[in-house]
Amino acid sequence: MPEYSFTVNGEDVTVDAPADLPMLWTLRDKLGVTGPKYGCGVGVCRACTSHLNGEAFQPCITPTADCAGQDITTIEGLADGDSLHPVQQAWLENDVPQCGFCQPGQIMTCAAMLERKPRPDDEDIDEIENICRCGTYFRIREAIKSLAAGRGGGQRGRSG
Amino acid sequence: MAIPARRSGEHAEPPHDRGSPEGVGRRRFLTYLVAAPVLTVAAKVGFDVVSGAGGQAQALPKPPQLADIKDLGDILALANAPTQENVKLEVGEDSIVRLFLHRTEVGQGIATACGMMVAEEMDIPLSQVEVPLRDADPELLFNQLTGGSATIRHLYGPVRRAAARARGRMAAAAAQRWGVDTGEVAFADGMLVGPDGRAESLGALTAAAANPDLPDPGAEPKPESEQELIGKPTGRIDARRLVTGQHEYTLDIDVPGALPTMVRHAPTIQGTPKSVANAGEVKSMPGVVDVVTIPTGVAVVAETFGQAEDATKALEVSWNAGSVDDMSDEDVEARLKNETLPLTVPDLGTSMDFEFFWHFVSHAPMETNCAVADVRDDHATIWSGLKIPIIAKQDIAEAVGLPQDRVDVHVVQSGGSFGRRLFHDAALEAAHVSKAIGKPVKLMWGRVDDTRHGRARPASFNRARVTRLGNEIVSYEYRMTQIEASAEHGLGEHITAAGARFANYPWSQSIFHAVVHCPYEFGVVNQLLHEPLDIKFNTGSWRSPYSSVVRTTEEIIVDEVAAELGKDPYEFRRQFVGSDRKRTVLDTVAEAAEWGKRMPSGHAQGMGFHEEYNSMCAFVVEIDATDPGNPRVYRATCAVDVGHPINPKGLEAMMHGGINDGIATVLQAGLHIRDGLPLESSFGDFRYTRQQHFPRDVNVIVLPSHTTDLGGAGELGVAGAAGAVANAYARATGTKPRRFPINFDVDFEPVPR
Repeated sequence: MPEYSFTVNGEDVTVDAPADLPMLWTLRDKLGVTGPKYGCGVGVCRACTSHLNGEAFQPCITPTADCAGQDITTIEGLADGDSLHPVQQAWLENDVPQCGFCQPGQIMTCAAMLERKPRPDDEDIDEIENICRCGTYFRIREAIKSLAAGRGGGQRGRSG
Repeated sequence: MAIPARRSGEHAEPPHDRGSPEGVGRRRFLTYLVAAPVLTVAAKVGFDVVSGAGGQAQALPKPPQLADIKDLGDILALANAPTQENVKLEVGEDSIVRLFLHRTEVGQGIATACGMMVAEEMDIPLSQVEVPLRDADPELLFNQLTGGSATIRHLYGPVRRAAARARGRMAAAAAQRWGVDTGEVAFADGMLVGPDGRAESLGALTAAAANPDLPDPGAEPKPESEQELIGKPTGRIDARRLVTGQHEYTLDIDVPGALPTMVRHAPTIQGTPKSVANAGEVKSMPGVVDVVTIPTGVAVVAETFGQAEDATKALEVSWNAGSVDDMSDEDVEARLKNETLPLTVPDLGTSMDFEFFWHFVSHAPMETNCAVADVRDDHATIWSGLKIPIIAKQDIAEAVGLPQDRVDVHVVQSGGSFGRRLFHDAALEAAHVSKAIGKPVKLMWGRVDDTRHGRARPASFNRARVTRLGNEIVSYEYRMTQIEASAEHGLGEHITAAGARFANYPWSQSIFHAVVHCPYEFGVVNQLLHEPLDIKFNTGSWRSPYSSVVRTTEEIIVDEVAAELGKDPYEFRRQFVGSDRKRTVLDTVAEAAEWGKRMPSGHAQGMGFHEEYNSMCAFVVEIDATDPGNPRVYRATCAVDVGHPINPKGLEAMMHGGINDGIATVLQAGLHIRDGLPLESSFGDFRYTRQQHFPRDVNVIVLPSHTTDLGGAGELGVAGAAGAVANAYARATGTKPRRFPINFDVDFEPVPR
């Protein structure tokens, strides 16, 4: 079985895996990184969304071989130790999750979007494809808007 | 069978069982000490009640004779009355108070709400409360079923009483240690504080509080007027775990050696495997560990799920026929229409007749059907998101040939349910596979199987007749004819489940009549259900069973009747709801939504009202249906009255869920049945609501507490929101939608079966 090396949440790892094994299963079944969730396996629900070199990607449709030498961040690697990423903080402030299963993907999608576009508007938010079966979309929108306005995610205003 | 004989002797006697204070019956003292090294209150008195504590026990229901019962939550409460005080609460040596919740958190926020009750009664910070889910416990006869939006209604009293009792004992232990009166012990910042200011942690006193010799102060819960946390918008206790990826869903649990497993299911619903032509070949595929035929399909055990999935696709299986191989949507609809029970009121010339068809809708929780099972010769352990874990335990014990007490079933907080996790099919499959290979397995359904072989809200044909005399409605008849909704779980244990499996029909009738009722004063109201006995799809209760269709349809009918009478939909509802409580909800939403304001062409407002489980809500949505094939609900306003809201923030989230479901089921998401299988396979073609479909502007108004007679909330939002969406669409487009979802073309290439 071929061997692949990459960085996962800041750590260098090497795994034996079939070249075409979706990266989701390399992460979950071989490395025990269970934050990214399986929701569809075909890239339409986006529950597994993580970052490949800082860009949102769906490991459920990305072969392990394509990740060789790349830098992968999953939901577990988004926070800086105990200090949450602003998107996670905004999610807490808006009490976004219900069942929570889609939220790792929602958060990783949002974090990548804000890197690309720090002030997303309603149209940009509408383009988020991640499915939330519980219906947390409004709180997601509010959380993103608070981040865009610089008033959420612990970015500002802690002392008022 | 389910009342263990080992009850007495294992635990201390209820301290209040002897010599109760005057005027206080034994049923008020339902928590008592479990012999444990730390304070654990748990009540077993219920079994005394069952075994003949005189007139205290309430009768168990004898379905289907339920005419006097108000709603499904009440029925479940009657059934679980004997064990309703069986609440397990523990004060740990780490000073964390743990409520072992005997309901299943699937996103609806009950763990947070129940945790709030504990924090409230113990005067400790919510951060000091944890709410793990309780293992399947057959002692909880009829009382470990999460359904009917009943958790908060059922647990509000018992959880608060258990917490108050724990608080009382902790205070008594501190008082004893410090030589002060119990009344002088205060709680502050999660510590016990004496009159001289000295403080002690809960953990340091829990062992003393557990001492059965400690005089029990018998504390009662606070009156509602003194509640501080209950009623206050509160964030979820598990939110941090959920946003950091730390929460362990079923398949995230590290069970050593548990191997990824997937199952190849039949090409038609309920088909079963006959033979496998290439098991040996598949077994030699990379990463494949084993191939096992189980009753429902052929399982592949592998090193990774990716390899397991590839291998299931490579299997060459011949199949026995399924249950509905020859049926497609048109057959379903024809059968239902043919079997519709007759209307009884003749057409007087002033009748309005209606016919509606609703397609199947998958439950489609984000976390697909899954379980971990470790079945050995003498013992089995199961992990899964189960809303009726006692049945799962009993079924699995039977399936693997072990006594029930050798099967441990751990209930895992899971990724959505919407009714799906009332059933334990994945756990049963996992148990079969684990038993066959003698190793632990983690079994997962792929999304295609979850959509096609999972359960669904049944398709239904609905006929109604409204008869008016002048401006009065004198009769309203409704006939729902739907594909059988499985109630094979009964009331959550083997006896009633066996009854339901033998004859589903009376159970369906019971549930229908316990949940469906028309909230309007329409004279003679007559609503009946019929489910053909011989058509077996994979179905089950879907968030707000029956109501999500019947009540949504009624809201559409109400709008059309109002129009016929030349009345505004809001004014018409106001006139016919017949109670001030309902009118307040309607008035609140109408005012906040600016009901009746001018709307651009192709846009409209729509209203929906719903009453269920002693709660009620009303929605007004605004829709842009300029392109009728691609409408957008862009604003939603809701007023909701649950009597006594525990956590308004959680309640608001449930209303958001109702909007999500209303948009999906009315406008765009359903299952097409073709030759015994749904065509849809995932969220690409089963078009559940996405961000681009959800309103950008949402306002949920939670009406203040006005009663301690609590209502349910988990399913409440669906029919009201769905009715509002349907009515807004109809008004914006000038159409009268009769088939749902409205935009439902097969404009995709179905994934091969």
